[in-house]
Amino acid sequence: MNPKQADKLMTFVIYLMSSVIIVILMALLIYILVAGLPYVNWHFLTSAAKSFQSGGGIGAQLFNSLYLLVLSMLVSIPLSLGIAIYLSEYSQNIRVTTWISSAIEVLSSLPSIVVGLFGFLVFVVQFKLSFSILSGALTLTIFNLPLLVRSMEDALQTVSLSQREAGLALGLSRWETVVHVIIPECLPAIITGIILSAGRVFGEAAALIYTAGQSAPPLDFTNWNVLSLTSPLNPLRPAETLAVHIWKVNSEGLIPDASAVSSGASLVLVVVVLVFNVLARYLGNKLYKHMTGE
Amino acid sequence: MDPIAKNLKQRSLSAKIETKGRLITQLCTVLIVLLVLAIFGFIATKGLTLFFHDHGSLWSFFSGTTWSPDKVDSHRQPVIGALPMIVGSFTVTLLAVLVATPFAIAAAIFMTEISPQKGNKILQPVIELLVGIPSVVYGFIGLAVIVPFVQKIAGGSGFGILAGALVLFVMILPTITSMTVDALKAVPRYYREASLALGATRWQTIYKVTLRAGAPGIMTAVIFGMSRAFGEALAVQMVIGNAILMPSSLTSPSTTLTSVLTMNMGNTVMGTTSNDALWTLALLLLLMSLVFNIVIKYLAKRGALS
Repeated sequence: MNPKQADKLMTFVIYLMSSVIIVILMALLIYILVAGLPYVNWHFLTSAAKSFQSGGGIGAQLFNSLYLLVLSMLVSIPLSLGIAIYLSEYSQNIRVTTWISSAIEVLSSLPSIVVGLFGFLVFVVQFKLSFSILSGALTLTIFNLPLLVRSMEDALQTVSLSQREAGLALGLSRWETVVHVIIPECLPAIITGIILSAGRVFGEAAALIYTAGQSAPPLDFTNWNVLSLTSPLNPLRPAETLAVHIWKVNSEGLIPDASAVSSGASLVLVVVVLVFNVLARYLGNKLYKHMTGE
Repeated sequence: MDPIAKNLKQRSLSAKIETKGRLITQLCTVLIVLLVLAIFGFIATKGLTLFFHDHGSLWSFFSGTTWSPDKVDSHRQPVIGALPMIVGSFTVTLLAVLVATPFAIAAAIFMTEISPQKGNKILQPVIELLVGIPSVVYGFIGLAVIVPFVQKIAGGSGFGILAGALVLFVMILPTITSMTVDALKAVPRYYREASLALGATRWQTIYKVTLRAGAPGIMTAVIFGMSRAFGEALAVQMVIGNAILMPSSLTSPSTTLTSVLTMNMGNTVMGTTSNDALWTLALLLLLMSLVFNIVIKYLAKRGALS
């Protein structure tokens, strides 16, 4: 076979393999859509889950997922912003910075089940928070930190050095330069990073099985007493999230319509992640235009 | 003292804010470093209890094939053969990576070398979306589609290593592809131009120049995919059958390290040998992710030199 024939053959092979991938991936998305769509309706999204009969919804789970997301973001955003500012603006010793970056990389490569077990050991057992939203939110923070720190650090690094020099030349302190000059300039990138990581946190299950628990006590959405077990806002109640619910109905098989419930819940999960992705791009672009006046 | 001199000798408000800001960011950084140390410390302490407190032997842990940590053998040592799940984890991971890598490289070549426009329009958005799909969704689809499919072509229950590897293949394909694309895009344009100018065909250029130059990056992508597959818990646990036995074939129910942890951690009591044995599995997972991390670091260093 001469080189020209080999070239033709390999081009064909690459086309073929790429088409196989597209077919697999499209089939996957279409399957999620087609299998889930018949089950998703207002009743499914708002009603409580059933333990043994069919016809249950995912109302409490959906709320739990969102509540956990908000709580863990409240902790992880300021913390990771602080770390990112230190690494990109203050730290001068290159060796120390390399060590800290390696530690963060190791943290980001840990399997989520290991992070979940650490959360179980520390928050659930040692701090006696039991299976609760608070334990879950703190564990998700550990899971989320490395990703968020990296995206924020990258965002801070995109601001040119001349901006920092200009701030310092005007007599601002380093901190004031960061807060009033650098962060406003890279805010769109920071927000995009936050929303993308929110999508990842929303679908996480392995880290939550042993921290936020696998049960969802019925919620009374008119109960605003934070200490009551049926109040949706109580951070010390166990809370099964949407992703954990999909895993649990499939592996226990106690409800007869497990596959219907998980089809619907999978579709909701994928749509939420998709919305986060689209939102991240749209909001990032819009904020950038707004701030740069383009 | 007159007020001007007093004002000059005092630290300005700006300087105070600066000190405070610096301190806060330093505290955050110390916190994350302590967190990483704490994870290693806690899990290592719990994981080593099996050997130091419960008299488990390291040799039988890595070579034994029977896992029943609540029983003791003739030497009064707990029966902790973890080989079935170690073998399970590695087979599932390697199979998934072996199947996924050629496809990922082909797709990346398509997107960077052959048809960047179509690639950016069709493949890129689909792959980006799939990177974000939660792993339980992959597990559920594996249960609904792949397990019945395996059952049809190979008989048996359908649960097993083959189903697990197929689920992981679909799961890590987008990750490896998008990282390989980045690696190939980083190869300078003049490499390709030089090769084409020498009269090489497109495939010769791809095979002899682009892929070689991008090799460290591609290896990093593959190892990254492996580490993701090795640590994945729920998607695999849902389709592998969860039988703690040495896998006899690709379609017999077996298990992985993560699956055993997921299934059993809730059923054991803290402080018992059964529980300690599970923490040893968690320690093994932790060490494996460290190994993957070191390999990626090493590859990145080698890639940077060339």
